[in-house]
Formats: sequence, C-alpha cells, structure tokens
Amino acid sequence: MKTLKPLNGNQTIAEAARQVDPDVVAAYPITPSTAIVESIAQFKADGLITGEFVCPESEHSAMSVCIGAAAAGGRVMTATSSQGLALMWEMLYIAAGLRLPIVAAIANRALSAPINIHGDHSDTMGARDSGWIQIYSENCQEAYDNFIQAFRIAEHMDVRTPVFVGLDGFIISHSVEVVQIEDDDEVKKFIGEYRGVHPLLETDRKITMGPIDFTDYYFEHKRSQIEGIENAPAVIEAVGQEFGRVFGRSYGFFETYNMDDAEMAIVVMSSAAGTGKDAVDEMRKDGLKIGLLKPRIFRPFPNEKIGEALAGLKAVAVLDRTSSPGAFGAPLFAEIRNALYDFPERPKLVNYVYGLGGRDIKVEHFKDVGAKLDIISRTGKVDEVTGYLNLRE
Amino acid sequence: MKKETWKELPIGSVNLRTASSRENLTGTWRSGEKASFIVETCIQCFFCWLYCPHFAILHEEGKVTGVNYDYCTGCGLCESVCPTDPKSIVLIKEELTLAGGEEK
Repeated sequence: MKTLKPLNGNQTIAEAARQVDPDVVAAYPITPSTAIVESIAQFKADGLITGEFVCPESEHSAMSVCIGAAAAGGRVMTATSSQGLALMWEMLYIAAGLRLPIVAAIANRALSAPINIHGDHSDTMGARDSGWIQIYSENCQEAYDNFIQAFRIAEHMDVRTPVFVGLDGFIISHSVEVVQIEDDDEVKKFIGEYRGVHPLLETDRKITMGPIDFTDYYFEHKRSQIEGIENAPAVIEAVGQEFGRVFGRSYGFFETYNMDDAEMAIVVMSSAAGTGKDAVDEMRKDGLKIGLLKPRIFRPFPNEKIGEALAGLKAVAVLDRTSSPGAFGAPLFAEIRNALYDFPERPKLVNYVYGLGGRDIKVEHFKDVGAKLDIISRTGKVDEVTGYLNLRE
Repeated sequence: MKKETWKELPIGSVNLRTASSRENLTGTWRSGEKASFIVETCIQCFFCWLYCPHFAILHEEGKVTGVNYDYCTGCGLCESVCPTDPKSIVLIKEELTLAGGEEK
C-alpha cells in the first residue's frame, strides 16, 4: 500500500532496496551512508528481504563482491560515501567495463584531507570518468524515486551500465522529510524481473569473462562500453516518463524553475537547488528575470538539451559542489561551457565553487550570485569567471 | 582469424568462444627445450603425470610411456618432481617447434 512516511534520505534508499529486494547487497558501512547498510542488514535479519546480505572487509571488497554477484547473474546493489567510493576505485572501472548493471547509492561526502564527513560532490565527481551513470537527487523523495529508476536504467539491454544515485551527505541522508513510499508490489512490477547477460552460473554455457585484451581488442571493447552509456539518454527519458505515469512523479535530464521568461539562470545540482529555488522566488520579487536549472543526470551529460535550455540567456552562473584543482572551472561548469560552445548566441558564464566539506549555502549567497549575474547581463562584461561562495577571503 | 569490429563484440568484454586445448596446442609454447622420458629408470610413481599442468604425460595400461609433444610446454615440472636418481624424465634441447608440436 502506498503511504506517506517521515524518513531521512538513507531510510528512503533502504525502503527502496527492501522493495527491490536485490539478489545480493554487498556493502561496507561508512558515514554518512551507514544507515542504508544498517537498515538493509536489519531487513535481512527480520526476514523482510530474501536476497543475500554480504558485509565484506572493505569497500574495495564490497564492490568486488558486487561484481562477482552481478557476473554470476544477480541483481546487485551497494551503498557508500567518500573514502569508501575512493577505495572502490579500480573496481568501479571493472564493473562498468564488464557492463554489470550494479546500482550504488552514494551519500555524497567530501574527500580527505583534511578529513571531513559532510556533504559535497567530490566523491562521485572524482569517479566521473569511471563509466558509471550518475543521477543526483535534490531531496529524500527524489533519492527514493531515482534509486528505483536506477535499476530500470542500469538493467536495460541497450545500456547494461552501473548507476550511482547521489544524495547529499547529511543534508539529504540525515534530514527527515515526508516521503511518498509506493506500494511494494507496484515497485516490484515497475522494475520487473532481472535477467543477467552471459551469467556465470549458467554453467552449461561456458564463457570467459574479463580476459586480457591487448592492443588487438581493448580499444574495441572500450568503444562497445561507451555505446552502452550513450544509449542511456533514451532509456532515462522513457523510464522517467513511465515512472510519472505509474507513480505520478515524472523525471527528465534536468529540472527548470522559472526559466520561461528568464534572462539569467543559476545551474546547481542536488540539495542546494532547493535553497536556490527559494532564492529565485525572492529575486523575482526584486524584479530580476532569473531562473534555475537543476541537472539530474550528470553522466551521460545531456549536452544538447542543457545547451538549448541555456543558449538564449544573457548570463549563467554554474555552481559546483566540488573543486577540480588545476582545471579551468569545476566539472559541471566545464560541461555547461562545452554544451554551449556550438551555439552562435550564448550567455556569459561564471563558475562558483560552493559548499565544500558541507559548508552551508544560503538564500543570501544565491542572491549574491543573482546580483553578479544582473551586472553581467547589463554590462556584458565578466571580470572574474571563477570564484567561491561563502568562503572567508 | 578476422578480428571483430566493436559492433560485433558481445557486451561486457566477455569471450563466448569456449577456449579448448583441443584447438590450442600448448606444445607451441615450447622454446628450445622439451621433456624426454627414460623408461629404464622409471619407477612408475606417476608424479610427472600428476604434476604436468598440460596432461602431456602419456600412459598405457597403468604405465607411463612417454610425452605428448602437442601439449608439452617444456616447463620442466616433471623433471623437478621425478624422485629417481638419475632422473627418469629430463629436459633436452630441441631446435625448433612448429604449431602442432611437430619437430623440425
């Protein structure tokens, strides 16, 4: 039965996991995603799930177990954060390269050093070239909805690529919201039966998985892998629409807020988009023609669609919750700038790094950005392209 | 054999061709040495047969009879485990091996 429940982000992921009931959950607990793993272990102890729960000795081993279980032919998930994702590093590439549709919930957290347990996107952004699909969630409801859709996207025969579902550490993972939890059977029906491709446990059919590829085959296999993630947009769109038909909440590649008549926009992902929308409301009252664009899918990056949504504007500020030391602009900014390059008319762009290590971003900071965009759109001049928000300078 | 284009490959870097030593003669790996059986000193302990990684030790009616050069890689494990003195299976020089283990 569908119910409204007060749950935090971790609990919504655990609820979704209980409903999906994967064949294998292998995870090593780490703050702030610990409660996901803890809840699933409790579900297993209480007999609420039938899948195997494996608690290995590290995140590297957790991802290795996921890979083995998925290769064997099972539906598989895990959850981690920060250093845990970093420790999974080499196995992430193997999961993607073997085209195993593993789903991982990532309670996004800053990377050491200095050690910090709070929310930023440096963990998943660091893994942006690992070949995984990346979905980011603004709130607990989106985390739940995205996590369910992730299985459909990952497991689609044209895609067969692992998926990260990001939820901001503490800000979403530990904040309680009222979440619409759908009916167990409806969720099971939505994700459907799982079928492995060349599962190793089908022992009558002998295959070699992950054999060494030298100069003769590696390049072709990598190209074949890229095709999987490039096929994902059509599937992401179809699954997002079907989710809307079945459960009443549709999803696309990004969400726009007050963009119809906007001349300026702020681009920001995940939980900060909620604050950003409030700030947009206030700035609209002050007469600024400003809107907000919240990317939901970062990999594969919806290049064309985001380009079209922003090309006609005068000024755009891209907010990144990660730094890319030595790069010109942080990852989201680089993607947006790239997306706009081929448009003859394009907005002036600025990039702000914000919220590292969980530093707050408030309405006033968005309003500072809005004021900056207002000057840029009136003068057509950008004095500094990259900057930082709410940093002591 | 023609190599596949990326579109022709099965997904997930798997190899669906079952590798079989019936088609892949490990004897072609030899480079200059091969095992030679000396029946006179052999005590029929079967250590060489047990340790040979390629099942290249031939036997008939419970007795070791020689070496299958289609599969002997010249690794020398048989010589090292042979308990007799002098050894009953030893590596000897060979000049060149062609595919199929045929000597030239």
